[in-house]
Amino acid sequence: MDEADRLMTVCNSCRYCEGLCAVFPAMEMRRAFSDGDLNYLANLCHACGACYVDCQFSPPHEFNVNVPKTLAIARAESYAAYAWPRALSGTFARNGLVISVVAALSMAAFILGFAALNDRSVLFGVHTGPGAFYRLMPHNAMAALFSAAFLYAILALVMSVRAFWRDIGPPVGGRADGGSIFQAIRDAGELRYLHGGGVGCYNEDDKPTDRHKLYHHLTFYGFLLCFAATSVATLYHYLLGREAPYPWWDLPVVLGTLGGIGLIVGPIGLFMARMRRDPALLDETRHGMDVGFIAMLFLTGLTGMALLLLRETSGAASRRGVCAVHHHALRQVRARHLPLRGAGALRAGAAQRSSLLRGARA
Amino acid sequence: MSSKYDVLVIGGGNAALCAAIAARRGGASVLVLEGAPTFYRGGNTRHTRNMRCAHDAATEILTGPYTEEEFWEDLLRVTGGQTDEVLARHMIRESKDILNWIVEQGVRWQPSLGGTLSLGRTNSFFLGGGRAMLNALYLTAERLGVEVAYEAEVTDLVIEDGMFLAACLKRPINGATEIRATSLVAAAGGFEANIEWLKQYWGEAADNFLIRGTPYNRGSILKMLLDKGVQEVGDPTQCHAVAIDARAPKFDGGIITRHDSVVFGIVVNKHAQRFYDEGEDIWPKRYAIWGRLVAAQPDQIAYIIFDSTVVTSFMPTLFPPIAGQTVAELAGKLELDPAALEKTITEFNAAVRPGTFDHTILDDCVTEGITPPKTHWARKIETPPYLAYPVRPGITFTYLGTRVTKEARMLMADGKPSANMFAAGEIMAGNVLGKGYAAGMGMTIGSVFGRIAGREAARHARN
Repeated sequence: MDEADRLMTVCNSCRYCEGLCAVFPAMEMRRAFSDGDLNYLANLCHACGACYVDCQFSPPHEFNVNVPKTLAIARAESYAAYAWPRALSGTFARNGLVISVVAALSMAAFILGFAALNDRSVLFGVHTGPGAFYRLMPHNAMAALFSAAFLYAILALVMSVRAFWRDIGPPVGGRADGGSIFQAIRDAGELRYLHGGGVGCYNEDDKPTDRHKLYHHLTFYGFLLCFAATSVATLYHYLLGREAPYPWWDLPVVLGTLGGIGLIVGPIGLFMARMRRDPALLDETRHGMDVGFIAMLFLTGLTGMALLLLRETSGAASRRGVCAVHHHALRQVRARHLPLRGAGALRAGAAQRSSLLRGARA
Repeated sequence: MSSKYDVLVIGGGNAALCAAIAARRGGASVLVLEGAPTFYRGGNTRHTRNMRCAHDAATEILTGPYTEEEFWEDLLRVTGGQTDEVLARHMIRESKDILNWIVEQGVRWQPSLGGTLSLGRTNSFFLGGGRAMLNALYLTAERLGVEVAYEAEVTDLVIEDGMFLAACLKRPINGATEIRATSLVAAAGGFEANIEWLKQYWGEAADNFLIRGTPYNRGSILKMLLDKGVQEVGDPTQCHAVAIDARAPKFDGGIITRHDSVVFGIVVNKHAQRFYDEGEDIWPKRYAIWGRLVAAQPDQIAYIIFDSTVVTSFMPTLFPPIAGQTVAELAGKLELDPAALEKTITEFNAAVRPGTFDHTILDDCVTEGITPPKTHWARKIETPPYLAYPVRPGITFTYLGTRVTKEARMLMADGKPSANMFAAGEIMAGNVLGKGYAAGMGMTIGSVFGRIAGREAARHARN
């Protein structure tokens, strides 16, 4: 990518930004970008915008330095490049929003059809009594279907992270040891690099705010809480023999409800921030993919909450449809953004630790 | 129509914003007139990266103490004694508190992160650079209620008997083309971007100068003040100049167009002749002299010539070196006389004596029998491809300014202090920095005298 090479030359001649985040120190080690280098930097950049607002050479300056935008383009390409299996890698990049929604809807249709073939009567009406929760689709069928989907997602995730890790190469003079992993988890968990160098990230203008980080935290930790809810429910089912549905005060419902709220509020905030964002910072050609991604997160939260509210009242059909969208959305999230960010943070953590060690020795 | 403020600040860089903030904190109503559009606000501050402040002990961001006395000695050395000792010592004392005060105004220092960062003992670095510093100061000023107008070009100053009355504007601000104020802080920089003014001292050569900062540093406020009886300070013919890439834009190329590869080769003029000892001294002294040396050459152009063995000794440059497989080919691309360049390089190579190259010290690689000699880092230029950077003088700032007191109050030509006019930053830097430069001093002058000027201007307005 010629533009990235040009930018790196400019940035390395200046280096005023080196304290803002991990991207600039990582850049300094290099004289030219390999694809792996670029993909690493692209996934290390959290698009906080500080280096754009602080740069004396950003547009309208004729040097036209726009690191967030250039790395946003590279990041979108890296999602496609490391998708597994590779054959499908281009699909999402081309039309993310439509594909997400169509896929989710077709899955809902499939399950509705599955249920309808089994027993038309179960589609409508409120189900109560023992085993009612699984009347539409037997628990074992559901578990098998979604376990397969889950395992497939894990496999895809591992394969894509493996390819990414291989490409970005081992940290210079460092190892991905326990300390680095801990630091990477902490950096990613705190969104350390989404802070504009300390004041907050930039979005629509040159005034820093922390809201983007807040929305991302709501989304991410909402997501984790939902995952925890599912895990606890699984343990209940197999270890304690307690079947769903659970009362409102029980752990899976409490965790799921809190997570669901996060997954609704967070993506709405992210979406609104995205729409207000200074176009100069965006890769406009990826608008559909960005919005599709946020929409999937939002749908996960919304459908999860809808399931909770619907379970006592309305028809199983709508419930199952909602449920299908819910699980599809979950998979989309897991497979793309998170693992590459995590791997990038790990490499940066290892590089930083090794440079600290070098500094200490020197 | 006119409007009235307690304090009018003209300028939009570090000094102006420090003055505006200090005046506002002192209880004054403040208007800042920045001549540049929003993106280019801040004059030379947008290209700075650090500040030199005295401190008695190491801190999180500074590796060791830098006493007032040591600062004073450094200032004495770089200016060759062309400084006002009372003013300079006052500034150095005040600089200690600036380290903290500027943080209270929202500016952040770069913390020590380890390996790749080279933090210093004497200078503190702005996190994100000079534009980040400016952004922080503007945010603070606006939050405090300072009004800021951009593209606010001042066409005239109304001054009577050393007393500022009003500033006239080219375009109205909120309907007013005349701004009256009880006090004036002039913090509008030097005249480095005013080629016509530079020509008064440099003649047609100034047409070949490149200006490292924005085109808005035209010195119009300085000129008005001097024309209206303010005492001048500093040598008007002098400016700070470094060698920058000849392919850089005419204005605002900033730090990334500079070249510091002189030590790795030779420097020739348009006649392919060497003209100065390329190995005279280590950075930063050599950095500051090559602009003036090139300015003295015909057509104000020179070429740093080196070979492929040293390419990895420095980071890739914004403009790549021009390359030739032979000296003649390179000369052709540079439009130099091939025979003359071959002769210069052959003679230079023949004069190089064996030694141990080390560019971090004054090493023992020297030439013998040529004029001028290369007294360190002399190595043969003989491994193709042959490479060159064309360089021109890049003008950073000028030294001419308004004379001020310790309170940043302007002195009139008759020696009397002005009743209500103050100056801060590059427009009065010549009081302290009669010549020369050391990294970060411009920002120290700006912040220290900006703060003093704002405080004194507000005090005057209250009385």
